[in-house]
Amino acid sequence: MSAFITQFINLLAAILLMLAFAMLSQRRILSLIYLYTLQGATLVAATAIVGYVTGQPHLYFSAAITLVLKVLVIPMLLHRVIDRLNVRWDVETLINIPTTMLIGIVLVMFSFYLAEPISQMSSTIARGTLGIALACVLLSFMMMITRSKAVPQVIGFLSMENGLFFAATAATYGMPMVVELGIALDVLVGILILGVFMFHIRERFDSLDIRHLEKLKED
Amino acid sequence: MNAQGYFSQILEILLALLLAPLLTGWINLWRAWLQNKSAPSLFQPYRKLHKLFHKELVLADHASSLYRATPYVVFGCMALACAIIPTLSTDLPLSPAADAIALVGLFALARVFISLAAMDVGTAFGTLGARREMLIGFLAEPALLMVLFSASLLSKSTSLTTIVDTLAHRDLAIYPSLAFAGVAFTMVSLAENARIPVDNPATHLELTMIHEALILEYSGRHLALLEWAASLKLFAYSCAGLALFFPWGIADALSPLALLLALPMLILKLALGGALLALLESVSAKMRIFRVPEFLATAFLLAVIGMLVNILLGV
Amino acid sequence: MPLDWILMLVLAWLLIGSAGVFALRRLTLVARLLFPAGALVGLFLFAAAAVALLETPQTRILPIGLPLLPFHFRLDSLAAFFLMIIGAASTGVSLFAAGYFRKGEGTPPGLLCLEYHAFLASMVLVVLADDAYAFMVMWETMALASFFLVIANHRLPEIRRAGYLYLLMAHIGAIGILLCFGVLQANTGDYTFANMRAQHLSPFWASLAFLLALFGFGAKAGLVPLHVWLPEAHPAAPSPVSALMSGIMLKTAIYGLLRVTFDLLHTPLWWWGVLLLGLGLLSALYGVVFAAVQVDMKRLLAYSSIENIGLMVAGIGLAALFSAYGMHPMAALALTAVLYHVASHAFFKSLLFVATGSVLHATRERSLGKLGGLIRFMPWVAWMTLIGALTSAGLPPLGGFVSEWLLLQSFLFTPGLPNAFLNMLVPVVAALIALVAALAGYTMVKFFGVIFLGQPREEKLSHAHDAGFWERLGMLWLVVGCVALGLFPVPAITLLDAVTRPLVGAGLGATVSGSQWLLIPVSLERASYGPVLFLLGVAISFALAFLLVRAFYHGRLRRAPPWDCGYPWQNARMQDTAEGFGQPIREIFAPFFRIKRILPTPFDAQPHYLVTVGDHLWHWLYLPVARLVERLARLIGLLQRGRIAIYLLYSFITLITVLMVVKR
Repeated sequence: MSAFITQFINLLAAILLMLAFAMLSQRRILSLIYLYTLQGATLVAATAIVGYVTGQPHLYFSAAITLVLKVLVIPMLLHRVIDRLNVRWDVETLINIPTTMLIGIVLVMFSFYLAEPISQMSSTIARGTLGIALACVLLSFMMMITRSKAVPQVIGFLSMENGLFFAATAATYGMPMVVELGIALDVLVGILILGVFMFHIRERFDSLDIRHLEKLKED
Repeated sequence: MNAQGYFSQILEILLALLLAPLLTGWINLWRAWLQNKSAPSLFQPYRKLHKLFHKELVLADHASSLYRATPYVVFGCMALACAIIPTLSTDLPLSPAADAIALVGLFALARVFISLAAMDVGTAFGTLGARREMLIGFLAEPALLMVLFSASLLSKSTSLTTIVDTLAHRDLAIYPSLAFAGVAFTMVSLAENARIPVDNPATHLELTMIHEALILEYSGRHLALLEWAASLKLFAYSCAGLALFFPWGIADALSPLALLLALPMLILKLALGGALLALLESVSAKMRIFRVPEFLATAFLLAVIGMLVNILLGV
Repeated sequence: MPLDWILMLVLAWLLIGSAGVFALRRLTLVARLLFPAGALVGLFLFAAAAVALLETPQTRILPIGLPLLPFHFRLDSLAAFFLMIIGAASTGVSLFAAGYFRKGEGTPPGLLCLEYHAFLASMVLVVLADDAYAFMVMWETMALASFFLVIANHRLPEIRRAGYLYLLMAHIGAIGILLCFGVLQANTGDYTFANMRAQHLSPFWASLAFLLALFGFGAKAGLVPLHVWLPEAHPAAPSPVSALMSGIMLKTAIYGLLRVTFDLLHTPLWWWGVLLLGLGLLSALYGVVFAAVQVDMKRLLAYSSIENIGLMVAGIGLAALFSAYGMHPMAALALTAVLYHVASHAFFKSLLFVATGSVLHATRERSLGKLGGLIRFMPWVAWMTLIGALTSAGLPPLGGFVSEWLLLQSFLFTPGLPNAFLNMLVPVVAALIALVAALAGYTMVKFFGVIFLGQPREEKLSHAHDAGFWERLGMLWLVVGCVALGLFPVPAITLLDAVTRPLVGAGLGATVSGSQWLLIPVSLERASYGPVLFLLGVAISFALAFLLVRAFYHGRLRRAPPWDCGYPWQNARMQDTAEGFGQPIREIFAPFFRIKRILPTPFDAQPHYLVTVGDHLWHWLYLPVARLVERLARLIGLLQRGRIAIYLLYSFITLITVLMVVKR
């Protein structure tokens, strides 16, 4: 039974990793939002299962918060933002997806290399997942680097938070409730501020391409 | 090695030869339905083969003997591929002759021959097709190998029958690496079988054609053999996919009853898979040829990540 | 006494060579008598070495050379294996050469005959040498003999340039090997290999010796980044010489690497394996990507040699890795894969090179862009080249596939390594090997398709004639080698058992010889491959399809112009050129190349298109080094004054300095 659950959590971790890679190579903004929603849903499932296995009821609670926040509220906000900004069908020009993915593979190996001593010590149910969580964080970070439009960058930021959340769940069975609530609130406020920010960029430059921010530099 | 093994081996080859055109017909049927067209008969591919075999063979003036031998070589390769992939039973006398690596080599052999034949007539379309086919091949082939290796790492074997045996009789365990491998395999099989995001099997006279450009000069019995071989290839890929990712129902015991049960199971799985393929083809758009390397490189890297996850998670 | 026989055979080769000097310009005598005799000697060498493979090592000391430094020779299984390769491949190449050399410019045939046989003899003695002195003498003889062969057409300046580059790289490499032997003898002053074997070096000195050996032998083998001479020298040399150089001479470097890493240095350290693996894979990918974009048929093959050497070195790296962790059976598997690849590469690369010789003779064209359709005028050469190309592409059921299969099998064993970080490399490395193999297929389709298939791209090609008797015979022998290695891996691997056992302490012989028709390296459940069954499977389906179609339908046939979608104005120039065929690779792997393009504009009166594909390493590594050397040379050149008094002053100052030093 326990072995099966471990396998299942491993599978969810692998799906998270795959979604991170998919986000890295996805050109359409709309699909990015769908992928983000899926990532949130996977996270909910993983948290709930860890909660079930370890019998810690607060994990159910954090799964519920995640469900509300990351599967319902934030995607809805994002949809409204892209509607209002009229970028729903935007396609980004990405340079050389295979190279990006190749760097991604190196990052995965690196994060497993980093996580290995910690997972050796930890006695939590799924050892390998910490490496995957770390890899998700790094991949999302890289996604933010490779993007030049504002909305995908925000999504990259949000998915980085997802990776951190998964790391917390997998390694220590979740953070204390206060911290978790605080982070949830932070993310919510963060996306509101970023939304306002995006509207301002748009007003100023008539485009959401943040390469225009380079013009702000004084020569 | 026993009578039962030989029986299931022969049954498998015959089944592949007979069912392969049916699978093609089934996919065409579903595609037509999904696109609101009136569908051709399920048995249309058989009629087409029969017609082509009857027709006179028209050969280009300066076609060499390599050109004439190729349809038979390709057909032979695909028939052998169908013989070594466990579809009904894992008790196959021919299976030790070629493991997963040799299976990939077999597909490569067929690809090399058909590309050379396309270059032989020396028309613009032929060489174009050959170049594109080899372009797809050099990325799809390692990707397929990596998918098979992901399964090999789980079963500690490259022998196809052992892989399927291990996967079919696991005690309800989930392998995360197979999720990656499954996605990669789907992408590779779409590309290898000239399916929609990469190639369009229903078009001619288009600069984007790949498989049709290769066999453009073939006619009569040669074309029939090549069409049949293409169906066999699709059948082999489908069966390999089913054997790797949905191996339940394949017989391993030496009982005729298991074989009898395996057959409807296989047909059911193929029918579902075919319908899904038609759905996948209907909802996606044809890709520009320059995007194809990217698509396949993604498949290749996904398969590599699958192997990596396999080793890293230590399962 | 196989060693004595082999020394006699070497003597025979030298005699044949010297006989050529007496018949300097009598082509018929040299070609019809001396080269076939040389081929016969090669065959005997093959047989003698095969006998020696299973015997205990023998040693001889010959009092030639300097008075107190006799040559030591030793014939063990590793040497015997490489002698078998030299014998077998040289037989085919010599037979071919009997029909190849024509009257013409450049070195007279008799002299070529001497250089050719001296080259063969020196390679045999390199493999037999048992002390550093003999090894270096033979190594340099080999380099010199091949240098003279490369510049056989020395009236062309680019050939002289290629020869110079080759000689330079050979000597830089030789310095590395010399220093390596210096480290290996550990200040004992005894340069025999027996003494080196007895030394136990500290890890630092052992690593230094290994790195020097890697540098020296890497330069000979054409390992990236020391590969630049290979694509220059191979096209410059006459085809049989290219065949010998690529098919055999590169293998002496592999021999040296194996000898130093596994024999003289005992147990490798794990990071040597990683280094070899990395360099090997880099060379393999680099070589095959460059091969895919070449437009000169011999340069294409030269780059493909870099690829194959890379695969062998990667395999050696894996064997070293396993050996360092004490996993002897796995090391034996990897090493068997390497040796098998050495054998099959010797056959197929020699075959492909001599085939380009035949094409060159028939058409006087080396550029792929001007060939095409030759299968109709030279069917013999075409079909035999097809076998070579398929073997080179690593397709079953031929020789190249077996080694690839074994190599991939040994990679699948790597997850058993006790180092987690190394385990992570497995998927990446296996993926690279698979990618290289698939790209090799692409390259070979281009090579064969552009030369032999399609319509002739030039008028004159329709006058091409098929190869003569001797050329066919030589090629046929090499084809037989490719096919036999492909179909009968079990006896071959059973023989290799004797080679791997002394080197890594294990062999595959016992497991493999269990079944005749299936190659089973570990167990039947784990993996198996039956080439004969495989071939039978394809052949029976082929035959049945053929017969049944005739029986149920008909065999009628009509010839007509090609259809080509109904486009009537087609000509040979509409086919893909070699450049066009390589274009996708050029696009995908663009960062590998230094591409210069001249594209026509719509307003050009005489539009013209030119693409040159250069090598980054040449610009980033070699040219700066060359410039540095030039600058240093100019500095030293300041010493030159032209007045005797100043030269005397230099001597005087030197003398004073020396006296001061001695005094102290």
